[in-house]
Amino acid sequence: MSHVVVTGIGAVTPLGVGAGTLHERWIAGNTGIEGGEAAAREFDPGDFMSRKEARRADRFTQLAIGAADEALQSAGWADGAPYDPERIGCVIGTGIGGIGSFEHGHGILKDEGPGKVPPLSVPLMMGNAAPGVLAMRHELRGPSFGVVSACAAGAHAIGTAMRMLRHGDADAVVTGGSEAALTPLSRAAFAALDAVSRSGISRPFDARRDGFVMGEGAAVLVLEDEERALARGARILARIVGYGATSDAFHLTAPDSEGRGAAAAIRAALSDAGKAPEDIDYVNAHGTSTPLNDRSETIAIKAALGEHAAKVPVSSTKSAIGHTLGAAGAVEAVATILALRDRIAPPTLGYEEPDEGLDLDYVPNTARPLGAGDDPLTGLSNSFGFGGHNAALVLEAV
Amino acid sequence: MSTDTVTREAALRVITDALVDVGAERDAITADATFEALDVDSLDLAEVSQVIEEELGVRIGGKDVAAIKTVGDAVDLVVARAA
Repeated sequence: MSHVVVTGIGAVTPLGVGAGTLHERWIAGNTGIEGGEAAAREFDPGDFMSRKEARRADRFTQLAIGAADEALQSAGWADGAPYDPERIGCVIGTGIGGIGSFEHGHGILKDEGPGKVPPLSVPLMMGNAAPGVLAMRHELRGPSFGVVSACAAGAHAIGTAMRMLRHGDADAVVTGGSEAALTPLSRAAFAALDAVSRSGISRPFDARRDGFVMGEGAAVLVLEDEERALARGARILARIVGYGATSDAFHLTAPDSEGRGAAAAIRAALSDAGKAPEDIDYVNAHGTSTPLNDRSETIAIKAALGEHAAKVPVSSTKSAIGHTLGAAGAVEAVATILALRDRIAPPTLGYEEPDEGLDLDYVPNTARPLGAGDDPLTGLSNSFGFGGHNAALVLEAV
Repeated sequence: MSTDTVTREAALRVITDALVDVGAERDAITADATFEALDVDSLDLAEVSQVIEEELGVRIGGKDVAAIKTVGDAVDLVVARAA
């Protein structure tokens, strides 16, 4: 079986525009969180699209356009894709979709009546808008659709894209996740759930953690069949070697306190990759900074990796950029790929006070070299979502 | 808004402004200009129709949109329907 490789990456995050920017600033210990929120402040839609294209896209789609432009350029597709367009798919995850457009339309409905609701409301707010727009923008005529699984959507999208390639449904898939939910309704709703940090601080695994910090962003990866990618002389950034997905079947918002579903997803991803726990050099945790997730995830990592769990560095991208919800799995896959490539474990920022039972190596506050010797490194990226959705990816540097 | 009469000038002014709002170049908008040439599609025309109804009190439906090809066609339709 030919492997699935990553040939292009792009990201727009609260740390800035660009996958390299995310990586370098996180390694340096910078934070994208300001005033208890993590907006993609450096993103200007005008850098990527015309005024008309911007009008036709909710912010979550605009962020995906920015990330995809970078990803396709980094894959060497700037002058056009190297495959038959009908053999290129597009799968983009989101937690909510165009909620900003939804709220805008609803405001007009209440204030001015149904006759004034913008005709673009539906195409902007639909959760599949990002893959639809990307398919048009880059002439991707293979299978395209959205994936909706809350904060696991980005990872599910990548896993689904990987499966499409393995199955022969496509020669390449543009995949990732996007979210732009820093809106009044969404802020109020997450706050009402008591999921959001009242302190406005993201400090995963720390004893004082009190909820996640809302973020926004997007990441896109170009996945290709390895043989075809090599044949066209592509630069290969990493392989996606394992994907596991399970469900807690436990609670609508709370994770299973024993982490059973999460552990099963990690085991499934390892099995899919043909890897043992000892093969994992780095874990990019879901690490939301909520009291429940970080505890159950720690239990799950221990259950799935056994004795190796105590030896492997585990860090959370959300400590630097907050929780980008449906984009998180894709943003974190990109961050993991670059960490493995550069053999560096990025830090869990804000970690100072250990919590009882949360005793993994969380790489507190300072990045450090990763792995001994020269063998290519392997990483695990976890993503879990409201609804009890669990997805784990195993990524391998080349 | 009265629908008693709408002058061609008023219709052209409202339609031109609406087309500019959806991204068309003002200088390219003439009675003979096709929507295709202006890069104005059915989604844009749904927005333009909404503005026409707000400003001129004339309702333009989906079937109407399918039938009009030029800015002049839209002006003619609005004037005829308001008469």
